[in-house]
Amino acid sequence: MNTELIGIIATFLLTLVIAIPLGKYLARVFAGEKVWTDFLKPLETGIYKLSGINIKEQMNWKQQLKALLTINTLWLFYGFFVLIFQDKLPFNPDRNPGMTPDLAFNTIISFVANCNLQHYSGESGVSYLTQQYVLMFLQFVSAATGIAAAVVLFKAFRDKTTTDLGNFWEFFVKSITRLLLPLSFVMALILTFNGTPASYEGKDRFISVQGDTVNVSRGPAAQMIAIKHLGTNGGGYFGANSAHPFENPGYFTNMVELIAQVIVPIAMVIAFGYFIRRKKLAWTIFGVMTIGLFMLLLPMLSSELGGNPALGKMGISQTTGAMEGKEVRFGPAASAYWATVTTIISTGSVNSMHDSSMPMSGTWQLLGMMINSFYGGCGVGLLNYFIYLIIAVFISGLMVGRTPEFLGHKVEAREIKIAAIITLLSPFLILVGTAIASYIFTNHGNAAWAVQPKSWLNNPGFHGFSEMLYEMTSSNANNGSGFEGLGDNNIFWNLSTGIVIFLGRFLPIIGPVAIAGLLGAKKFIPESAGTLKTDTKTFALMTFAVIIVLNALSYFPALALGPLAEYFTMLK
Amino acid sequence: MKPNNKLFEPALVQTALKQSFIKLDPRVMVRNPVMFTVEIGTLIMAYVTVYSFSRSGQGAPLYNFFIFLVLLLTVLFANFAEAIAEARGKAQADSLRKTREETPAKVLLDNGRIEIRSSNQLKKGDVFICEAGDTIPTDGEIIEGIATIDESAITGESAPVIRESGGDKSSVTGGTKVLSDEIKVQVSTAPGESFLDKMIALVEGASRQKTPNEIALTILLASFTLVFIIVCVTLKPFADYANTPITIAALISLFVCLIPTTIGGLLSAIGIAGMDRALRANVITKSGKAVETAGDIDVLLLDKTGTITIGNRKATNFYPTAGINIKSFTDACVLSSLADETPEGKSIIELAAEQGVKIQGTPEGSAFIKFTAETRSSGLDTADGKRIRKGAFDSMRSMVQKAGNHFPSDIEDHVKAIATNGGTPLVVAENEQALGVIELQDIIKPGISERFERLRKMGVKTVMVTGDNPLTAKYIAEKAGVDDFIAEAKPEDKMNYIKDEQTLGKLVAMMGDGTNDAPALAQADVGVAMNSGTQVAKEAGNMVDLDNDPTKLIEIVEIGKQLLITRGTLTTFSIANDVAKYFAIVPALFIASIPALQSLNIMGLHSPESAIMSAVIFNAIIIPILIPLALKGVAYKPIGATALLRRNLFIYGIGGVVAPFIGIKIIDLLVGLFV
Repeated sequence: MNTELIGIIATFLLTLVIAIPLGKYLARVFAGEKVWTDFLKPLETGIYKLSGINIKEQMNWKQQLKALLTINTLWLFYGFFVLIFQDKLPFNPDRNPGMTPDLAFNTIISFVANCNLQHYSGESGVSYLTQQYVLMFLQFVSAATGIAAAVVLFKAFRDKTTTDLGNFWEFFVKSITRLLLPLSFVMALILTFNGTPASYEGKDRFISVQGDTVNVSRGPAAQMIAIKHLGTNGGGYFGANSAHPFENPGYFTNMVELIAQVIVPIAMVIAFGYFIRRKKLAWTIFGVMTIGLFMLLLPMLSSELGGNPALGKMGISQTTGAMEGKEVRFGPAASAYWATVTTIISTGSVNSMHDSSMPMSGTWQLLGMMINSFYGGCGVGLLNYFIYLIIAVFISGLMVGRTPEFLGHKVEAREIKIAAIITLLSPFLILVGTAIASYIFTNHGNAAWAVQPKSWLNNPGFHGFSEMLYEMTSSNANNGSGFEGLGDNNIFWNLSTGIVIFLGRFLPIIGPVAIAGLLGAKKFIPESAGTLKTDTKTFALMTFAVIIVLNALSYFPALALGPLAEYFTMLK
Repeated sequence: MKPNNKLFEPALVQTALKQSFIKLDPRVMVRNPVMFTVEIGTLIMAYVTVYSFSRSGQGAPLYNFFIFLVLLLTVLFANFAEAIAEARGKAQADSLRKTREETPAKVLLDNGRIEIRSSNQLKKGDVFICEAGDTIPTDGEIIEGIATIDESAITGESAPVIRESGGDKSSVTGGTKVLSDEIKVQVSTAPGESFLDKMIALVEGASRQKTPNEIALTILLASFTLVFIIVCVTLKPFADYANTPITIAALISLFVCLIPTTIGGLLSAIGIAGMDRALRANVITKSGKAVETAGDIDVLLLDKTGTITIGNRKATNFYPTAGINIKSFTDACVLSSLADETPEGKSIIELAAEQGVKIQGTPEGSAFIKFTAETRSSGLDTADGKRIRKGAFDSMRSMVQKAGNHFPSDIEDHVKAIATNGGTPLVVAENEQALGVIELQDIIKPGISERFERLRKMGVKTVMVTGDNPLTAKYIAEKAGVDDFIAEAKPEDKMNYIKDEQTLGKLVAMMGDGTNDAPALAQADVGVAMNSGTQVAKEAGNMVDLDNDPTKLIEIVEIGKQLLITRGTLTTFSIANDVAKYFAIVPALFIASIPALQSLNIMGLHSPESAIMSAVIFNAIIIPILIPLALKGVAYKPIGATALLRRNLFIYGIGGVVAPFIGIKIIDLLVGLFV
């Protein structure tokens, strides 16, 4: 086996070595049990006192959601105005301009929603102030929002019947103090020592061998790159994201960043099982997600390592695989692995250009984002998975001849209604969004807009369709990666993706939390021989089938017209 | 009543065919969102067909007409499924009702006169008289008299039963026949409101309400339908972008193929068939929900007598005391029981006969001594002065000892042994000298423990309710294989047991007949009242068993489970089918402008037109193909939930993916001959 493959296997194994104990630790943290980080308690008590929070106050699911939405709304307004007026505010050594309202709208929603779709470029579009105190701040709190929402769901299933789902603020603060902040601290140091800048000084300048004067952007990047991965945000400090040599200087940092973006999502799954005292359920969910990872990764590895068939036909040998759009220091295997995890998990940071991936790789990247729950984003991945789980529980419950139940709570019309709406939401946002874009491009290409729709696409044809589909899918999944090649900083894309991100973020948080709250309040039914167990291999298979079939059915025609058409045409 | 097992009676098919067209009324169709959208699609295709005669761009008129026809058939097939289920249920109920229509009733007027009225003019509260030979005109309660009644018209059981006023056996059913004596009956239900009438109304659909699981499933199916509306509507701009014109016929075909028409078309038929199956088991359900709940039952309360054991105790052994030979002891036993009319007494004579002891008639000049509560013994005094007595252990002992005789210790040992084995000992004495002990035992019904084993595998806990003492109860419970028992049960004990289980979150079913069972029947999640029971009991429960068969609960649970399983598996099948349909239609849509997508045509279908036609034809004919399954229900096997899921997932999930690939290919080969 070659070194490249050993590299990604080692990365995956190291991820597990860190994530699994981390999950057990998180279960104890959120259950309020004794852990070694309890020395941070005074810090938390200080925060509670300062904000007037009484963490003893128990909230039901509605109160939880109210708290969550209130604080998120606050950040939206705060960030929006800072982004618009950043040129008039301090810490702007490069004199970057303020954002246009539509770009600020898109950017702030994108960061509040943990999506980090970036229609600006880090070097020229934002100041150090906004990088640090808007964007990086949001990378912490948006990740903590997702984690806290997931813990609310945990609480609903810990006790037999309960409406007291704990205190949102406590979960939220602890997510930061006990998880994100300490890990980011360690990771930022690792990155700094490996060459990532962490300075407040403005652009540096050097004269190249050719004699050209080159201005090199820098800034407080290391800390942001740490949290962008740990919090599955993905918004890079620099425009080129983790393909940029400052963000990701070498193979070692590449491994660190790859591990960092996967550990929290896996840890949350493990924490779920340990928290509700059903470890086997956690391992079953973990199993489904991991099989999903490999089913997307293996074909992607094969197409990237196999090289470009069009070049192959010309008789050009490609011993290193498909190298277009990839960094030489990472190679196609590590890039394919990155492309897989960054799409199944809603990170969306990139170390290669997905626009240049092989067409079939595009299919797997899109599918990863459409499914959005093979590990998935911080906390929210599990929430998304929960919706699939409820539908699987319902159908298989009927198949064994019992009113469906999950962990001793009956799943009835009300829960199914919520799950159905959430299931419906993704195809609605992705397909309708792409349809509107296609319609405008096809029929109103010459519209007198600042950027004419006909000039949106770098590559018209099937690939151009994939670019639009990818942008909408990435927005809905709160992924934030771009297929690039799409002229996206204009009013249409800023507004449309902004709306898609917003709905694609908050409804899939509200839905699962509501279902969990409703179920948790129901009478607990003890297990019998007729009860369908949800921690078996058979049920895991059922859930997997539900995930694959639902997504395949929703997106097959769109995928056929995008990457599949491109792929088959390329083979002809 | 003879159960009718043929699925498609010609007469019923005819009614159902007619109904299929009547049900096309959109006001009716809208109740079923999935099929309603298909109907809208059909109308659009009708328009497109007409349009395509005069203008081009939407494909050949003949082709459009053909798609229109297949879509119309799809809707009709779904309507037919529902109609045939209704017709079968109605026919079943009608045959029960027929017996009681237009029966003359002898109504007792206030002034004491008797007037003959037709049964359908009887009002609630009317009193009528039935003599030997009369058919009872309607349901009612005996207020005076006792009679033997032939209930075979309802139950199929030929042995007559006794019904009398007061007590728990006072209810009579319309259509049954009085064989002897005369009774005065008060009408308990107004015409058109009997349980049977209510059930017919449920089947007919006017008052049929969707059950909770049916509602949830409809929501899920509606959301799938919406997803596919989105998929198909957005496909238009996508295709425009790719410069691929898509005809309306193709879009609608894709849509109809994708939405879960199979389960959508069969959903109500499955529900009706569930009630119908209950009716075939001679159980009248008051709501579809009750059948569904039966499938969820966790705890089953069963009366010992009649359910677990054969009605009465039987003599199983004679134990003479030391010094008495078995022959003379058996003789004494037989003599003591000659006048004993109780089933126990008769069983003693039967046992003796089996052992070769027979006594021809009662000895001359002997006098019977009746059982009294005081002596707690019975027997006879023969002409030659022998006083033979049989009775309970303690009363016999005190009689023996009062006479100054010794009560043998080996008899006491036998008595103890019998009691601990769950039996009842009867001591026999002659002239105040104890002779020995007769052992009476409860006879557990053959095959009952296998049924309990089956229930256990379903996850249902069985509880035996008995008036016996705990020791006897425990012994029988173990022998019969029930999980728990309530001994020395009073009516309120049942009630408390049900409540306790319910607070634990369990669903409880029970069967009862007496008025004192009524509160428990109402409290239980599934309460099955026996038809012979009192009106109060029948009102309290949510099912009525016409056969008065206590083991019926087991069947009811299985019917409930079958109902849910059929819905679940057909949903899975329906959704799994879509995979193949995509591979048929999507390449067909785009092949003209994107030839490379031919690679997705993995079935190698003949042409885009034939591919689309084959998919819609398959989609339509799968509905009638599955009607028998929907009506009969998917077989339930108590093999544990996970194994059952695995089995059904394999058959209906994997089968659902594979079947349409084969089906569509075959249809395409046939269609290819013509196109």
